[in-house]
Amino acid sequence: MRWDWIPTYWPDFVDGLIITLQLLSMSIIIGMFFAIPIGLVQVTGPRWLGRIAQGFCTVVRGTPLLIQLWLLYYGLGSLFPSMPWIRESWMWPYLRDAFPYALLAFSISVAGYEGEVMRGAFKSVPKGELEAARSFGMSRFTILRRIWLPRAFQNVLPTLAGEFVLTLKATPLAATITVFDVYGVGTMVRQETYRIYEPLLFIAGIYIVLTGIIVLFFRWLENRVPRAV
Amino acid sequence: MIDLHRSGKEAVVIENLHKQFDDLKVLKGVSLHANEGDVLSIIGASGSGKSTLLRCINLLEMPTSGDLRVGGEQIEFTEKRGVRVPKHMRQVEKMRSRLGMVFQNFNLWAHMTVLQNVMEVPVHVLKVPKAEARERAEAVLERVGLSDKRDQYPAYLSGGQQQRAAIARALAIEPRVMLFDEPTSALDPELVGEVLKVIQDLANEGRTMILVTHEMKFARDVSNQVLFLHKGLVEEEGTPQQVFYETKSERCKAFVSSIH
Ligand SMILES: Nc1ncnc2c1ncn2[C@@H]1O[C@H](COP(=O)(O)OP(=O)(O)O)[C@@H](O)[C@H]1O
Ligand SMILES: [Mg+2]
Repeated sequence: MRWDWIPTYWPDFVDGLIITLQLLSMSIIIGMFFAIPIGLVQVTGPRWLGRIAQGFCTVVRGTPLLIQLWLLYYGLGSLFPSMPWIRESWMWPYLRDAFPYALLAFSISVAGYEGEVMRGAFKSVPKGELEAARSFGMSRFTILRRIWLPRAFQNVLPTLAGEFVLTLKATPLAATITVFDVYGVGTMVRQETYRIYEPLLFIAGIYIVLTGIIVLFFRWLENRVPRAV
Repeated sequence: MIDLHRSGKEAVVIENLHKQFDDLKVLKGVSLHANEGDVLSIIGASGSGKSTLLRCINLLEMPTSGDLRVGGEQIEFTEKRGVRVPKHMRQVEKMRSRLGMVFQNFNLWAHMTVLQNVMEVPVHVLKVPKAEARERAEAVLERVGLSDKRDQYPAYLSGGQQQRAAIARALAIEPRVMLFDEPTSALDPELVGEVLKVIQDLANEGRTMILVTHEMKFARDVSNQVLFLHKGLVEEEGTPQQVFYETKSERCKAFVSSIH
């Protein structure tokens, strides 16, 4: 085994790690932002909106992320240059990069998977607790903000931790559309140094550490909220 | 009809209330009149519509027809796509925020401590300043004997303690009327007493209460009005003396015979 390439490529790994963390955290934030209403409308209605949300979750969960990623990158990515108003807009410099397509694909994925998780989470809150809130004159929005949402999250924190670890471990797919995340850097190192295993072991170690951080963070979060019954 | 009110100021008045779930007629024209200071008990067999009647007061159930006045204020309804709905949701929310409901299954918010449960409505609905709400919450917890449990989560309390916390939560809004739906039915027998004692104290200090209960002796001792519901109709009503000892209806006689 040889590890003498590490100092040479250290800065690249730091850059790759930053990309991985950006992709993970931003897609979780954007994805959860949509997952909450997607889960909620399936429980509250209106029916037609719930159906759309359900359909969205089914499609997202039923197709490989790799294909979604490629469809977005090669589909939208080849559509945009042919549209002058996009080429001339402030977004263009970003849209020429692969990262926004990866971010979009991963956000959609988080919205779909976690939308389903949130549906179950909202449903799992005992009706009586929501009824009590209603009986004291809370408005629908106050009930959502103060009771329903925090209660739902409390019920699914452990599930979400597992889901986000899976999302982390899916991020290397972004390297297939030229995003230089940690995995992408690892691949580059393998090609340039002709070392087969060491770079793979090294990035595997990085993912283990990141997984550990997510797990510990959620454990800390779980300990801050009480266990329900 | 009922001349025994404890004051002249009306608290809750229901007139000719009907409630139907799909095809099932649960309430078939019920009237009820509670003035301030009154303790009104609703008794009757399981399934007779007691809970539904109580829940119509704060509109957890929407009456199919009938009038509702709370604190002298008429609640207004309108029709939306053929369904009866409140005309002003704000009016309903305001009315609800002055009715303290206590449920059979406590329904405390499990993600909040006892103190947070008690402060929640004053702070986030009634907009009482936090410090003041906290002071008030601590006072009501003291009243129900739960000061030492205020930082516990509901899951770690006994049923009796949870119900007393739920009573504290209802008390903290300084309710115009308290509504109890079988507050002791989910409790182990040895825990019933501590909860009834709290309710008894509240009655003694002149609180207006409407109470659905299976505890006949308690209903007799605590109320000034009793209403016996049978299949969605008021079959017998009056003072505890009238309903329990000078019973006219045979069904009611059979039902209350357990306390003789
Ligand atoms: N939300 C509901 N939907 C349909 N039927 C209901 C609903 N709530 C109560 N009922 C029915 O109404 C009847 C009266 O119920 P309830 O008011 O709970 O009686 P009680 O409290 O006297 O036991 C029962 O037959 C019950 O099944
Ligand atoms: Mg009932």
